[in-house]
Amino acid sequence: MRLQLPRTMLLVSRSYSYTARLALPRQQRRCYSASVDSSVEPIRGLDMGVAHSKLLLRTVASLRGNAELQAAGVSEGDSKKMNMCQAINDAMRHTLATDDTAVVFGEDVAFGGVFRCSVGLAEEFGNERIFNTPLTEQGIAGFAIGMAAMGHTAVAEIQFADYVFPAFDQIVNEAAKYRYRSGNEFNVGGLTIRAPCAAVGHGGHYHSQSPEAFFAHVPGIKVVVPRSPIQAKGLLLAAIRDPNPTLFFEPKILYRSAAEQVPTDDYVLPLSKAEIVRPGKDVTVVGYGAQIYALENAIQMIERDMPGVTCELIDLRTILPYDADTVAESVARTGRLVVAHEAPRTQGFAAELAAEIQERCFLRLESPIERVCGLFVPHPLVFERFYMPCAVRSYEAIRRSLTY
Amino acid sequence: MLRSAAFSALRQTKFVSGKGPMFQAARAMASAAGEETVTFDFCDKTFEGYNIEIPSRTVTMTQAEAIGLYRDMQMVRRLEMAADSSYKHKLIRGFCHLCTGQEAVPIGIESAITKEDAVITAYRCHGFTYMRGASPVGILAELMGRKDGVSKGKGGSMHMYAPNFYGGNGIVGAQVPLGAGIAFAQKYKGEKTCTLALYGDGAANQGQVFESYNMAKLWDLPVIFTCENNKYGMGTAAGRAAANTDYYTRGQYIPGIRVNGMDVLAVRQAVAYARAYAIENGPIVVEMKTYRYGGHSMSDPGTTYRTREEIQHMRSTSDPITGYKHRLLETGVATEEDLKAIDKQAKKVIDEALALAKAIPEPNASELWDHIYVKGSEVPYLRGRVPEEVHYYSNIA
Repeated sequence: MRLQLPRTMLLVSRSYSYTARLALPRQQRRCYSASVDSSVEPIRGLDMGVAHSKLLLRTVASLRGNAELQAAGVSEGDSKKMNMCQAINDAMRHTLATDDTAVVFGEDVAFGGVFRCSVGLAEEFGNERIFNTPLTEQGIAGFAIGMAAMGHTAVAEIQFADYVFPAFDQIVNEAAKYRYRSGNEFNVGGLTIRAPCAAVGHGGHYHSQSPEAFFAHVPGIKVVVPRSPIQAKGLLLAAIRDPNPTLFFEPKILYRSAAEQVPTDDYVLPLSKAEIVRPGKDVTVVGYGAQIYALENAIQMIERDMPGVTCELIDLRTILPYDADTVAESVARTGRLVVAHEAPRTQGFAAELAAEIQERCFLRLESPIERVCGLFVPHPLVFERFYMPCAVRSYEAIRRSLTY
Repeated sequence: MLRSAAFSALRQTKFVSGKGPMFQAARAMASAAGEETVTFDFCDKTFEGYNIEIPSRTVTMTQAEAIGLYRDMQMVRRLEMAADSSYKHKLIRGFCHLCTGQEAVPIGIESAITKEDAVITAYRCHGFTYMRGASPVGILAELMGRKDGVSKGKGGSMHMYAPNFYGGNGIVGAQVPLGAGIAFAQKYKGEKTCTLALYGDGAANQGQVFESYNMAKLWDLPVIFTCENNKYGMGTAAGRAAANTDYYTRGQYIPGIRVNGMDVLAVRQAVAYARAYAIENGPIVVEMKTYRYGGHSMSDPGTTYRTREEIQHMRSTSDPITGYKHRLLETGVATEEDLKAIDKQAKKVIDEALALAKAIPEPNASELWDHIYVKGSEVPYLRGRVPEEVHYYSNIA
C-alpha cells in the first residue's frame, strides 16, 4: 500500500527536526514539506509564485479592508502573522477549546503530525483528545465515522491525500450515505477529514496527488480546498462545524510558503461560495488551492502582453457542492472561461465545471472553454515540471481563449 | 495478564453464575412480582475460552424472562418467514438477507445487554432491528420500501436502524471499525456501556477487522467483537477462506470466547460475561457458532455449496427454537400448550403487521431529494433523470 522510501524520508526528516532542533538555524528546522517554492524563477522580469503573490493579505490594513472578514466580524480584532500550517493549527485549537466533544487524531498527530499542523495541541488539550492512530486509513475513517455517528466532532487526519484511498470505501459508502440510508435517524455531520494534497516539487507518485474529483462525484459529502492561511482557518472551522461530513484538502506547498496576517479570533468563511479574488472583464479564470498562484502569474503576463485586457480570477474554494452561480455570472459577462487544476485532466473537476457552464452560458460563450490540468499520467517525480499546469501553460490557455 | 484485578473481583462476586447487573435487576423484579426463577445448565462444549476463563455453566433467570426468549425467537422466525414470502411475491425487491436459523444470536444478545449499549452489524439485520425496538410493521414496511418503514423506506433490507442500533451496513466488514469508534465515544463520555460490533465469518478476513482489533486493544475500548460464524461466507465454506477458523482466537492479544450460537441461553450467558469484561477491561472477541437455513441472500438457493442433508440435519438437531423449547418443557417452565399459544400469537402479530405494511404507500417522490445534506445547507438544486427534471431546494434564495 505504501512505498517505503517516502516514509523513510518522513522518519528521517522528523527525527532530524527533533534531535537537531536546537543546534540548527531556524530555516533548516523543518519537517518533510513545503519549503518556499524556490523552484519558481522570475519569468521575463515578473516575480513568480506564492511568495510574491498580491492576493495574500500581509498587512493589518489589508485585513481591515477584507469584506468577508468584515462580515465575519473579525476584521477589526487582533491578528497575527501565520503561515497556513499555523492557521490550521489555530483553527483546530479554536475547535478543541469551544467543543468538548472534539477529538483530533491520525497518524503521528499527537506529536504534531509530519507537517507540524497539530503541534502543541496534545500538550494543551490532553492525550485523550489528540492521539496517534495506527497506520490504518480505512480504520481511521471508519472509526471517525462511528464516533461522529455518536454526535462527536471527529477531526481525522489522513497523513497524505494520496493515502486516502484505503479509506475511500468508508467515506463513499459509509460517511456520505449514513444520513440518507437511515432516513435521517443517524448522521456523521461531525466528521471532518483533513489531508495534505497536491504537488510540492519533489513528492513523487504518492505524496503529490490531488484526489478531490473522486470525492466530488459523491453526494452527501463536502470537499474544500483552501488557498491561504486566512482562508484555511475560516474554511476549516466552517468545515468542522458544518453538519455534513467534509473532506478538507490542504495544498501542502502552502503550509510554509503562504503567510498572511490572520485574525486570532474564531471565525468561519462560507462553504460552497466561490470568491472573485481579482475582478476583470474579458475572461474568467477559475482555480483553487495552490493553482490560484500560477493563475495569478499567468494573468499578470497576459495583462502585460495584451494591453487593455483584464482577467477575472475566481477561487472556487469548495469543490462540492460548488458555487456554479458565481462562475456562470462571471462567464455571462466575460464570455470566456479557463479552468485549471493540478489533478489530471481526464474526468477532472474542470470537466464538470466546463460542462455545467456550457449548459448555462452556451449563447454567451465566445470561445471553447479551456482546461489547464495535470497530464494524464501518474504524478511524476522527475518530470513534475512538465506535469504541472504552471503559469506558462495557463498563460497559453488564457491567450488561446482570448484570441479564438 | 489479560484480566485485571477488578475483573477478577467481579468474577468472585459470581456474576458469571447469572448475577450480573441485568440479572440482579431481573431477580429484584422477580421477588417483587413473586415470580419463580429457573436454573439452566450448560454442557461441557458450550463455551471455549482463549486467554480467558469461560463463563459459568449455569444460569438463573425468572421464568417470565425465560419464556420471553422463546417468544422473541418465534417472532423473529415468523418475521423472516413473512419477509421470505413477501420477497417471493415480489413485494420486496433488491437484496434481502434472512437470519432464519440464527435467531438465538440477536435474542440472546439483547437479553444480556441494556438499551444504552450499542449494536452495529452488517446486512443480516432484521432480527437485531426487531430486538432493538423496531416494530414488525416498521421492518416489513422498510423491506417493501414503504414510507413508514424504519428508515422511511429509503434504506431497505440492509439499512435498518433503531435507538442505539447503528445499522444495517452494506459493505462486508466496514461496520467493525465503526463499532470501535462508537465504543470510543462511550468510553469518552464515561458511560458504563459497551458496543457489540458484529460481523460474519466471511468478513472476519477483512483487513479492517484487524485494524479495529488493534485500535480497540490499544485504547482498551469497551467493544465486543462478535463473529457470527454461520460456516459459509456467501457460498464459500469458512475453511476455504480462513487460515484459522477458530475465530475467537483471531484477536491474538484480545481474549475470546466461542459459544454455541444455536443456544439462546449460551449466547445470553457469553454476552453478559463479555459485556462485564469489556466495560471493565477492554475488547473481547465472541464467536457464535451458528447456521443459516436459507441461502446467503434471496438470490442464493443455498444448496449449491452444501447438501440438503446438511441443512436438514442442522434443522433437526440444532434448531435454536426447537432446542430451547425442549429445555423449557424439561424444566417445567412452560407446557406444550403455553408454547403453542405463543407460536399462534406470534403468527397472528406478524400476519397483521404484514397486512398493515402492505397497505402503507411508498414514500412521496419528493423524499428522493431529502437527507442528502442537512436542510438549509443543500446544494442549490439537484439534477433529475432527464434534463427538464431539476429539483430546486426552495430554502436557498
